[in-house]
Amino acid sequence: MTGASRVEVCIVACAEAWRDDGEILASGIGLIPRLGAQLARCTFAPDLVLSDGEAALVGDDGAEGWLPYRAVLGIAAAGRRHVMMGASQLDRHGNQNISCIGSWAQPTAQLLGVRGAPGNTINHPTSYWVPRHSRRVFVDRVDMVSGIGYDRAAALGPPGNRFHEIRMVVTDKAVLDFRSPDRGMRLRSVHPGVSVDEVVAATGFPVQLPDQLPETRIPSDHELRLIRDRLDPAGLRDHELER
Amino acid sequence: MADKVMSIAEVVGELRSGMTIGIGGWGSRRKPMALVRAIARSALTDLTIVSYGGPDIGLLVAAGRVRRVVTGFVSLDSIPLEPHFRRARQLGTVELTELDEGMLHWGLLAAARRLPYLPIRAGLGSDVLRVNPELRTVRSPYSDGEELVAMPALTLDVAFVHLNRADRQGNGQYLGPDPYFDDLFCLAAARSFISCERLVDPAELRSGGPAQSLLVSRMMVNGVLETPHGAHFTSCVPDYDRDEAFQREYAESAASPQAWSRFRARYLDVDEAHYQRAVS
Repeated sequence: MTGASRVEVCIVACAEAWRDDGEILASGIGLIPRLGAQLARCTFAPDLVLSDGEAALVGDDGAEGWLPYRAVLGIAAAGRRHVMMGASQLDRHGNQNISCIGSWAQPTAQLLGVRGAPGNTINHPTSYWVPRHSRRVFVDRVDMVSGIGYDRAAALGPPGNRFHEIRMVVTDKAVLDFRSPDRGMRLRSVHPGVSVDEVVAATGFPVQLPDQLPETRIPSDHELRLIRDRLDPAGLRDHELER
Repeated sequence: MADKVMSIAEVVGELRSGMTIGIGGWGSRRKPMALVRAIARSALTDLTIVSYGGPDIGLLVAAGRVRRVVTGFVSLDSIPLEPHFRRARQLGTVELTELDEGMLHWGLLAAARRLPYLPIRAGLGSDVLRVNPELRTVRSPYSDGEELVAMPALTLDVAFVHLNRADRQGNGQYLGPDPYFDDLFCLAAARSFISCERLVDPAELRSGGPAQSLLVSRMMVNGVLETPHGAHFTSCVPDYDRDEAFQREYAESAASPQAWSRFRARYLDVDEAHYQRAVS
């Protein structure tokens, strides 16, 4: 087995977001989070429930359930879900923006809209995938809070914030989380070949650095075989980081 | 039972400027595009469009029919950002009520149940409440005392949905994997119109799929239209997939006023029959 590529390290890092989640809907939005969810399910998180991206839940040998959009919204409200979404902007509290850049009244760039981000973040665990770790994404303040971060959740207080959790942020350079005393974004590991200085320089706010900073774990041979032979034999993953 | 079959012109003739119109489907999937094209050709103005947005919103905005869009996203799916909607937002030529997808669902549900609002957790703490200052929260009257968003009913004047099959009385059937929110759009509206790929007799409707594929009942429907290939260029599986090549051509028409004029002359300033010949 030849060594893992950067994107394969990212897929395994995404998979780790769903470790110990049990029997819930693992929603990966976009190719790399989706491959991560699939990898988690066929290795250390076999109870995860996966959607085909349309309206079917898919098990090992085909459909095991039906999940049209109306039911996805129902499952989100019921909390039986952990989603990994994209983020056009993220701040140190984990506030996410996918709506627009600039003023909301007349944006310089209209993006997707808030989609399900407000409901996801208030209802169940949410993680983020950022294919290009840069100061354009990791900003001091996001322009339109779509998914809510820890400062917003704290301001709400209990009981409204009791289901809020931003689990993890996976980028092309590192893994970050919010397990710091003030719930600010913290560097958790850097991918092999990436320096801490590089991550700090590409982050537009002071990211917290723990005393011990490990490297993101390398995929096992078994995981690499699954990614290369079963989950993404066409190699679509290789086009995801440099777009 | 009443025969509710109508023509596209008859349906559009029932619309007035300033109306609130709900459109079924999702993104670039099973949109009633034949009706959307007819509205785009009309002289109607100042419409409010409520939709899980796709090219229905982009086309109507580009054609100058829309004052306000009520949505959680506008996307062409395989092309993530809807270029005509983007352009209008960046020029400041369209108003927006931006909601979480679940809030939009809840607003339609409240309207369908004739309730003034429904409580929902989605939206709390987010800038959806900042950009929609008319939204209010409500505190649970029970011992939990939880504060929730009071999502107001999104009551529609008219709803349009596109289904695979229907009968002349207005029973409608979807044959794809997802009903989206089409039945809810119909119940949230004072008047609902369904277009379909093919009008069939009730016996064929029954044999075409299981009873639960009969998504829309005639008691929710005021008019039925047969518009073959009428969701084009959005998908209408299993009858046809999205026309990706045409969707790219549509997206490229947002590049400049000249590109839009060419697209409009070729595909919109013609009737539905000419459109279908031009794209076949």
